[in-house]
Amino acid sequence: MNLTAIDWVIMFLYFAFVLGIGIFLKRFMKTSTDFFLAGRSLPAWVCGIAFMAANLGAVEVIGMGASGAKYGIATSHFYWIGAIPAMVFIGLFMMPFYYGSRARSVPEFLRLRFDEKTRALNAISFAVMTIFSSGISMYAMAKLIQALHMLDVPLAKMGLPMSWSFHLSVFISALIVLGYVFLGGLTSAIYNEVLQFFLIVAGFLPLVFLGLKNVGGWSGLKTQLPSTFTHSWQGMTSAQTNPLGVEWFGLAMGLGFTLSFGYWCTNFLVVQRAMAAGSMTDARRTPLIAAVPKMFFPALVILPGMIALALPTPQQAVTVNGVVQMQPASNAGKGLIPLKIDVATGKPAVDREGRPVLDYDLAIPNMLLHYFPTGILGIGLTALLASFMSGMAGNVTAFNTVWTYDIYQAHIHKGASDKHYLHMGQFATVFGVLFSIGAAYTAARFNNLMDFLQLVFAFVNAPLFATFLLGMFWKRSTGHGAFTGLLCGTAAAAVHHGLTLPRGDLVGIKGGWIAVVHNYPSEMAQNFWTAIWAFAVCFVVTVGISLMTKPRADKELVGLVYSLTEKPSEEHLSWYQRPAYLGGLVLVLALVLNIIFR
Amino acid sequence: MNLDIRYPIGWMFSLFGVILALFGLLGDKQIYARSLGININFDAGVGLLAFGIVMLLLAWRGSAKAKAGPQPGAQA
Repeated sequence: MNLTAIDWVIMFLYFAFVLGIGIFLKRFMKTSTDFFLAGRSLPAWVCGIAFMAANLGAVEVIGMGASGAKYGIATSHFYWIGAIPAMVFIGLFMMPFYYGSRARSVPEFLRLRFDEKTRALNAISFAVMTIFSSGISMYAMAKLIQALHMLDVPLAKMGLPMSWSFHLSVFISALIVLGYVFLGGLTSAIYNEVLQFFLIVAGFLPLVFLGLKNVGGWSGLKTQLPSTFTHSWQGMTSAQTNPLGVEWFGLAMGLGFTLSFGYWCTNFLVVQRAMAAGSMTDARRTPLIAAVPKMFFPALVILPGMIALALPTPQQAVTVNGVVQMQPASNAGKGLIPLKIDVATGKPAVDREGRPVLDYDLAIPNMLLHYFPTGILGIGLTALLASFMSGMAGNVTAFNTVWTYDIYQAHIHKGASDKHYLHMGQFATVFGVLFSIGAAYTAARFNNLMDFLQLVFAFVNAPLFATFLLGMFWKRSTGHGAFTGLLCGTAAAAVHHGLTLPRGDLVGIKGGWIAVVHNYPSEMAQNFWTAIWAFAVCFVVTVGISLMTKPRADKELVGLVYSLTEKPSEEHLSWYQRPAYLGGLVLVLALVLNIIFR
Repeated sequence: MNLDIRYPIGWMFSLFGVILALFGLLGDKQIYARSLGININFDAGVGLLAFGIVMLLLAWRGSAKAKAGPQPGAQA
């Protein structure tokens, strides 16, 4: 890779700004609320962008580009079905309880609404999850830097072996994230998420522009790709006839309801961004503002993946019997996407039917390298690095808050001074980052362990939304009900996974480890149905146990349950400032996008 | 919070914009073969600079308003 001085200058300037913001904010970190909740004082648009960008980590940018190349425009279901409705729901219906209850975290809300054991279960699983997510983000970034040979020239100049590329990437990114979160807390993390958001737009907009111009616009792209790739709803009546391998019901209920509401409405990583807002109205507007850029992001992250697939495969000159012919290069895949190389054998990887597998994760990086000359390449790569790092920072800020308020203050050291908890938060940032480094190296050594852990997290997350839904909208639900429901929901997810297998996969990490009673057409279908089962079991068990146990008095639940809480007043706002209208507008826009790209 | 994020955004993107635009104007033009013959550094640089300036203007307007005193009904 040809990075010149100008690319490095841009990268270093970005790092300087990031750390500069942290240093500037240091003096305002006086109380634990300043550090963990940005003093509850940020404007709605800042929180809104951070709400969206906190999720815009490695998974999003690289992963969505990869899915764009693999499945086409159907990937946008993860946005238009799998995010927008949930974001409108949390803004309109759930934020009044999160923000209005003055809970400082999502687990703390569970403590207020239910009881200590439900909080502890959620807090501990969430804390472990954030550390591993942050570690995986760090690992993915170091791998990408290695794959692009970004550090090869500097390493050679310093006389260090190439294998140091990984160590150096992990070390530097950890140091920067640690620096700005330690200094400026959540404010620092949120500000950098906003910076990163604009940087991604700045880097990807020119990429999409060049790519589209090259393939002859959207209509040109349509002629290059199969028609299911450019129509998001084509073939959705049956799992056999669309690239995702999921039918519409599984998609709507699994992705659109249980998974997406479970993530956007209960994950403290994103909810924390709304809790940082300055007022109830701003907190409610946060996810609604976030929904607008979210809706249009497929154009920036999915489209490049599709373009990468549609471009002609690179050719090389080969002499056959004295005649020069053009042939695809030996390692060429399709378009700009290379073949996946098996790390163990160094040969192209093949699937079970012996067909070569494409390395979709390289779709976006290869697009950047293909179109961007030095200069703008610096912006594009900085945007990628920024997204990895703010993915880490988001997890670290959520971790230090849950650790300090929900584990340390609740179970280890009650009743200390606010200053004490502020220092604990800073200290938690340090060991949170250290644990993440540990997780990154674990991921590097034991790839299967990481797959296994992510599976366990999926089981833990799957039933969560049922608990919150019942907690906020059914005053009869009890702590015992919620706790048992969560455990049973997680167990149901595991059992469902153990009894089913995606077609063509081997029994094991992919499922069927109890007995295979059902085959799904794809892994995605299996995931969606696991979530549906977990939700349903958690819902039924919570209702059942709640009816058998003693409910809390109505007066204890004011501000925590819908029927007992005064509706937030919007009368003094003009119509375009009212959350209800904003939410309606967002839903209509999402519907229009679905119709255009049906 | 006591730092308006629009300032750092404005300064950073203005700076990036100036660097890219100057490089596009003065640097080697052969590197634009890969970007379909478009001087993408100059074009993107001008765009980034414009965005940065807009952010700075908004931030200045915001702090001028704040100096003039909080409006009735505004958040403290």
